[in-house]
Amino acid sequence: MRHQLTLRIGPATFRIGSAWPAPVSQLASLYAAYPQPADAIADFTVRLQPTSLARRFIRPSIFITGDHGLADAAPMSLAHGLLAAEMGMNLQMALGWRRHLLLHASSVEKDGRVLVMTGESGSGKSTLAALLGERGWRFMGDEFALLDLDSGAILPFPRLVSLKNRAIEVVAGEVGAGRMGPLLAATAKGDIRHMLPRNDAVARMGQGAMPALLLFPRFGHAADMRAVGQAEIFMRLTQASTNYVALGEPAFTALTRFVRDVPARAIDFPTGEEAIAMVERLWEDMA
Amino acid sequence: MSAALLVRTLRDPASVAALDASGWNGLIAAARAERLIGTLAFRLDGVTVPPAVTPILSDAQADAAREARQALWEADRAAQALGALGVRVVLLKGTAYAAAGLKAGQGRFIGDLDILVPMEAMAAVEQALIAAGWEWVKDDPYDDAYYRQWMHELPPMIHATRDRMIDVHHTILPLTARQTPDAAAMIADAVSLADGLYILSPENRVVHAVAHMLADGDLQGGLRNLWDIYHLLADTDPNIVATRAAHHGLLPHVRQAQRLAAALYGPGARLTLWDRLIRARLLARDGWGRETRKALVFAFFLRSHWLRMPPLMLARHLWTKWRKGHRPQ
Repeated sequence: MRHQLTLRIGPATFRIGSAWPAPVSQLASLYAAYPQPADAIADFTVRLQPTSLARRFIRPSIFITGDHGLADAAPMSLAHGLLAAEMGMNLQMALGWRRHLLLHASSVEKDGRVLVMTGESGSGKSTLAALLGERGWRFMGDEFALLDLDSGAILPFPRLVSLKNRAIEVVAGEVGAGRMGPLLAATAKGDIRHMLPRNDAVARMGQGAMPALLLFPRFGHAADMRAVGQAEIFMRLTQASTNYVALGEPAFTALTRFVRDVPARAIDFPTGEEAIAMVERLWEDMA
Repeated sequence: MSAALLVRTLRDPASVAALDASGWNGLIAAARAERLIGTLAFRLDGVTVPPAVTPILSDAQADAAREARQALWEADRAAQALGALGVRVVLLKGTAYAAAGLKAGQGRFIGDLDILVPMEAMAAVEQALIAAGWEWVKDDPYDDAYYRQWMHELPPMIHATRDRMIDVHHTILPLTARQTPDAAAMIADAVSLADGLYILSPENRVVHAVAHMLADGDLQGGLRNLWDIYHLLADTDPNIVATRAAHHGLLPHVRQAQRLAAALYGPGARLTLWDRLIRARLLARDGWGRETRKALVFAFFLRSHWLRMPPLMLARHLWTKWRKGHRPQ
């Protein structure tokens, strides 16, 4: 393809090709601190290609695909090319990664132990991980936590943090404009802006650690905390995994161990500040 | 052209020693796009590859093993559902190759479960499958009527809880095709596997795979189909293949497949002009896994319809599909 970039995030190497220069140059500058080995053999190929011949030039429209793709993926405007590239990489991981159990979860680490947070889009798990990453925790990822099938450790996948709508302001205020990407207004998921993880999160992206606490955060409710039964945790984590079925019995064994060994709580919170206070308290008590 | 690189690697695995990173990226992307990555992984077993390639190939092998396991379980479930009918259930394509442990099945991607049953048993088979939890996929009355009137198979069905598709064939080409293979003879000659399931005789496997590739369809996935044929041919007696192919009206197609298989995966062959066009279509894939040679690919798409339907019927069909908003990719 005309424009390309090879990018390493955690254990995965992506070769991203684009029909237009902008998505690749934006990626290259935002991921400047990550390895960009030009002559690497990639785990996945991502393609940002025009939805049709004319759509390369006139009202450019991106079809996101690659080694793994969805035939009915919605086309995206070139103005959202950075988001398209991120979605292309996520798609490859979600559909093609087999070396760890993928959990749709954010994760942060402190003192060699990992806090995993899982929930639907809008639950606040990305924002919470981003904020904790600024307050003494090491940010490990906001989208996928990789559970090692043999050791039971969580491995980082610290791509850019994708912040939506109101979370943008909260986090931008904390980290400053220098670590924020361009504002992508009015995407299918509302306004999106990416945040660069701190340099230590990138430098240590090869280092995993054992999980010590699992949280099911829920933003926008009065402060509350509940215990969650192991059967429910297990079911929710299988639903939060895109490769649980594909990995078969080793995934069942690893997930069973995770559910048995890692204490868990569901927490509701009205603001980020209250959430952080709750998390720090729970970490003291349980982890 | 990375499809050519893929073909060369399948033919001569040791040739990967000369590849640089960009060669490997192109090879892997083309193999994934052609659904031959599992096959490639088995072919490269024991060959020295760069460290970054090893996990990619072992993931592909594990995926292929899971595919085979799932496919055999689906076959087992179908045998269970149809056992009481007392008809021969003949496994076709990927599931058959996996069940019989054939070389063509090694690492092969397996999609739907394809079975062949006698025409006169179709109604009973349909009832038994519905009773066992399969349901219709297409809710469009035109598509449903089209399948039942003109196709060689029932409209596709999917199992409600296992989410796997089954294609029930009563012959091997659409009823509108120029050739009319003798499905009853194929079923009569089929070889017994375990549990009441059958597989086509070695020669009929070749005839079926060739009919599917060259007398029907637009050559999507053709490199994999030709790889199947290349290995299926190795298990046959050439004279019997010729006799059976002639009986089913497909001798020219089988001859052409033999030339193409030898040219791409074997020691080479003299190709006709028409063979070369097909080869050009088969190799239309670049190092990013993209389809190339758009005009040629589209021409083969048109041909696939031409093969299936007389002109007036084709015009009516395309008009109906167009009004429903369908556009060729």
